[in-house]
Amino acid sequence: MTITDRPVDNGVNVEALLGAREALSAAPEAAEFTWRASCTWRNGTHSRSTVAGFTGLGAEQQHRTTYEFDVDHPECFASEDNGATPVEFVLVGLVGCLTAGVAAIAQQRSIQLRSVTATIEGQMNVLGILGADPGVRNGFEAVTVRFAIDGDASRDDLRALIAQSQKRSAVFDIVTNPTNVLVELA
Amino acid sequence: MQTTAVVIGAGHAGLAMSRRLTERSIDHVVLERGEVANSWRTQRWPSLRLLTPNWQTRLPGHDYAGGDPDGYMPAAEVAATLTRYARLIGAPVRADTTVRTVRAVPQGFEIHADDDVLYARTVVLATGACNLPAIPAVAAAVPRSITTLTPFTYRDPGQLPDGGVLVVGASATGVQLADQIHRSGRPVTLAAGEHVRLPRAYRGRDIFWWLEATGLLAERYDQIDDLTRARHLPSPQLTGAPGITFSDLNALTAQGVRIVGRLGRVADGVAQFSGSLRNTCVLADLKMNRFLNRADEWATASGLDDELPPPHRFAPTRVDPRTPLELDLTTGEIGTVLWATGFRPDHSWLDLPVRDRAGHIRHEGGVVTGAAGAYVLGLPVLRTRASSYIHGSDADSAALADHLHSFLGSRPR
Repeated sequence: MTITDRPVDNGVNVEALLGAREALSAAPEAAEFTWRASCTWRNGTHSRSTVAGFTGLGAEQQHRTTYEFDVDHPECFASEDNGATPVEFVLVGLVGCLTAGVAAIAQQRSIQLRSVTATIEGQMNVLGILGADPGVRNGFEAVTVRFAIDGDASRDDLRALIAQSQKRSAVFDIVTNPTNVLVELA
Repeated sequence: MQTTAVVIGAGHAGLAMSRRLTERSIDHVVLERGEVANSWRTQRWPSLRLLTPNWQTRLPGHDYAGGDPDGYMPAAEVAATLTRYARLIGAPVRADTTVRTVRAVPQGFEIHADDDVLYARTVVLATGACNLPAIPAVAAAVPRSITTLTPFTYRDPGQLPDGGVLVVGASATGVQLADQIHRSGRPVTLAAGEHVRLPRAYRGRDIFWWLEATGLLAERYDQIDDLTRARHLPSPQLTGAPGITFSDLNALTAQGVRIVGRLGRVADGVAQFSGSLRNTCVLADLKMNRFLNRADEWATASGLDDELPPPHRFAPTRVDPRTPLELDLTTGEIGTVLWATGFRPDHSWLDLPVRDRAGHIRHEGGVVTGAAGAYVLGLPVLRTRASSYIHGSDADSAALADHLHSFLGSRPR
């Protein structure tokens, strides 16, 4: 690691995160979060989801603004392509989560980052979702993420950064481990 | 009966404490549900050996004096060693005495043991960290047709039905039993979550020599960044069996053991494994290399580079890109599931308000929080990283006996 005059600043408030870890360990109720989105069908395979509020720290919380996401399928699926596909949202979620983790952990380990870019790919055989081959699963067969990181650290330290980021990532856990899902009619 | 201190448990920790109390002329009794070293006699599989070399198996006032300082003691020899030690130090052990409750009373503690009631000003909980197997909730979903075992009920591969074996957990226990069972001709699948990879020896010295020499084992609990993590770390993938250099996942893969990710769920009889195996292996490799770097830096700084073979690194853990994510437990391919998922202490008899939310005893380096005069000993990273091993009780018992001694002095009878 290079010694610089300026303190490492990746724009992550590590003290706040460590403080939260301590405070939430002492008040476990506040650590219970519920994340929410709501979705309205538009037409065909097009829907619009909104994200505005969530529950956490023992209270109802609001994002700075309401975020909207159009979800659709591409024209080669005979759709209108009004937005990214649901599986691409999963990729966005995973790579966004891992990248946030890289920045936070780099800050905590005093590694100054200059640039972080990542590409993520999910391989899928669509015979699964088409119901054409019962031996093929619906979901990804494999997901590959490739990080390019320019920062003040050895290659081993950068490898450790992305390894730790996977270890602490919510979306990595969601994608790699089973989760109970309940879908019911209101 | 009235005494100054009651020590509960006559394993290495309780005996070390007994010796420290005797040194300080503190009147005490050691209560033991069975006989000395009970767990080593009754709750460990016979071929188990210590992970630490014999020379490191030190207790207060007692160094290893046998003929094989670089060997690793089998369970029966550990039991014999502790029995000899108890005799040597004249430990006042009351065998076959099961403690039913410990509660606080104005003069100290009231201890119900079988039909007897003891009163003591101080109490030392030395029943250890491994009284019960820690079995994950997912076990309830394993089909009834499968034989399930824990390290407490496992003796040798001969007791298993024919067919494949799923070993869950890749600590020392998991890798040792996967190896032993696979050698018996039963195909083994090992579900590996986070694990600790270390070579048995490095640059001609046992890994525990390095762990001690570099000062890692001496790191104090209040100097460790993430104490919760340190206290829950799985045991390193090592074996005390002679002639084995690596007991890691690569060694098992080479033997034909199938390695899969952490067991996440069993749904409709199908076991599902995490896709995070590659990352847990990368993490284990990085951590091993970080320690080897520290070892090399220490050797250079200590001027030992001429004396020791040159530094080198081990091949990374290989992960098959086609590692299965599912295993159907209903086809008959798997006959046995073995839970090598760790152990937990049993303090159910402890009627003191000293537990945290997760049920663990709250303590500052063994001084129990919320019950003055109560101490706990023989837990992982209790005072230092060495506390997880037998020799850690040497220093731990000295520090806690000092504390206990001044506690007695601070309060008139």
